[in-house]
Amino acid sequence: MNNTKTKFEIKDLDLYYGDFQALKKVGIDIYEREITALIGPSGCGKSTFLRTLNRMNDLIPGTRIEGQVKFDNKDIYDKDTDVIGLRKKVGMVFQKPNPFPKSIYDNITFGPRIHGIREKNRLDKITESTLKEVGLWNEVKDRLNKSAMGLSGGQQQRLCIARCLAVEPEVLLMDEPTSALDPVATSRIEALLQDLAKKYTIVIVTHNMQQAGRVSGYTSFFLTGEIIETGLTEKIFSVPENKKTEEYISGRFG
Amino acid sequence: MSAKEKIFEKLILISAVVSVAAVALITVFIFSSGMPAIKETGVAGFITGTDWSPTNGQFGILPLIAGTLAVTALALLIGIPAGVGCAVFLAEITGEKTARIFRSAIELLAGIPSVVYGFFGLVILVPVIRNVFGGSGFSIIAGGIILAVMILPTIVSISANSISSVPSEFREASLSLGADRRETIMKVVLPAAKSGIFSSIILGMGRAIGETMAVLLITGNVAKMPEAVTDPVATLTGTIAMEMPYATPQHQQALFGIGIILFVIIVLLNGTAQLIMKRFGGAGS
Repeated sequence: MNNTKTKFEIKDLDLYYGDFQALKKVGIDIYEREITALIGPSGCGKSTFLRTLNRMNDLIPGTRIEGQVKFDNKDIYDKDTDVIGLRKKVGMVFQKPNPFPKSIYDNITFGPRIHGIREKNRLDKITESTLKEVGLWNEVKDRLNKSAMGLSGGQQQRLCIARCLAVEPEVLLMDEPTSALDPVATSRIEALLQDLAKKYTIVIVTHNMQQAGRVSGYTSFFLTGEIIETGLTEKIFSVPENKKTEEYISGRFG
Repeated sequence: MSAKEKIFEKLILISAVVSVAAVALITVFIFSSGMPAIKETGVAGFITGTDWSPTNGQFGILPLIAGTLAVTALALLIGIPAGVGCAVFLAEITGEKTARIFRSAIELLAGIPSVVYGFFGLVILVPVIRNVFGGSGFSIIAGGIILAVMILPTIVSISANSISSVPSEFREASLSLGADRRETIMKVVLPAAKSGIFSSIILGMGRAIGETMAVLLITGNVAKMPEAVTDPVATLTGTIAMEMPYATPQHQQALFGIGIILFVIIVLLNGTAQLIMKRFGGAGS
């Protein structure tokens, strides 16, 4: 668990929606091939923060950002940043499973096709390998051409993860990926995260503190747009330094 | 159940029956008036006959079918890209404020009486076509262009609604995979909205086939097989409207026969539109 390379280096990050300041002087390092959990009560800015890492906030009009978000030592908010290239490297899994209303095969190959891969052979290989990576291959290999909408919620979410993996990202951002799933599907995804962390850097927003405790190596506690405390998960959950962190973790608010 | 409620229920039932009865009566009337003429020439002879000269007792409506199909096809050729493009602009590109202005302008198009379209075509479009392409100017092009404008409201409003109802999660997923806006619209949003877009096209097509007054004023009403888009044509609806006032009984029956053909076409189109809606469901499902 000893820290390796820093993947994201965030300093003094302020984010405004119009007049409302959603993030205040956020600073955090995110380490490569680790799972970093972002916890905190609703509206604390953790999802907003997650979306600054692949510039998905760009889509919301009236958003203004100050400060620095370095990815592999390059500020992603520089004018000459290739946003498409960034999003290719930094994939995202959403709260509600959102497969396209297309076949399973077309869902997986959507990204690769967008990025110029045309050969059927390669697309087939990508489909098989990513579906195997998320443990879905045996369940769906006979119905790759059936609509993804026919899968269960848990399967859909694993498909969405596979769809991300298909563009060969380095980082996976996950915005409460299990909050719409039942406990069995949730534990499958959690086990999957442990596997994926061997290859990818993962940042996960979660409401579920047990989940943060189970899966992550590092945890940051957000409150009203600020990071109150960041550290090794085991330390945050056993001996938090800040009183507010302790109160939140012990369930006194949130 | 109280007496008042019973009366209320009966009144509702009556109004429902009235509308169904109206459809039934019209259907029976058209078929009983038109079938004799079709029987006389035979269904195949009636539909595939190329000679429409009522005064000589020749009732082949193929030139009229060709005329209707030609103006409708041209209208769709212009109207589909313009209409779907406009719908994408309203639903995906522009802000809410601009979209509202555009939408009310387009809905206004639907409220203009068709004779006004025809008149506009007659005084503006027909002379322009005459100057550019030669000939009389009364032509398939004139009819197609005017019809394209007339079916825009149908295509734009239904398509735009169906594009707007595509869940934003699909767009986010696409963008987060590194797709740009164009790719997201072309490969995710439009496919997800396809049932609504197809239905809008079929309903627009129905409108184009059924339109009478506007095309009557500008297509020239010559019941001959067209050979070029600058040729004048007669349409199914236009012919009924033009010839009914002076038709002999036999001729009148033939015009009702045309009515049957139109009726069948429209029923098929509406059925297809409903089937598409049902088969593919709304956006996203």
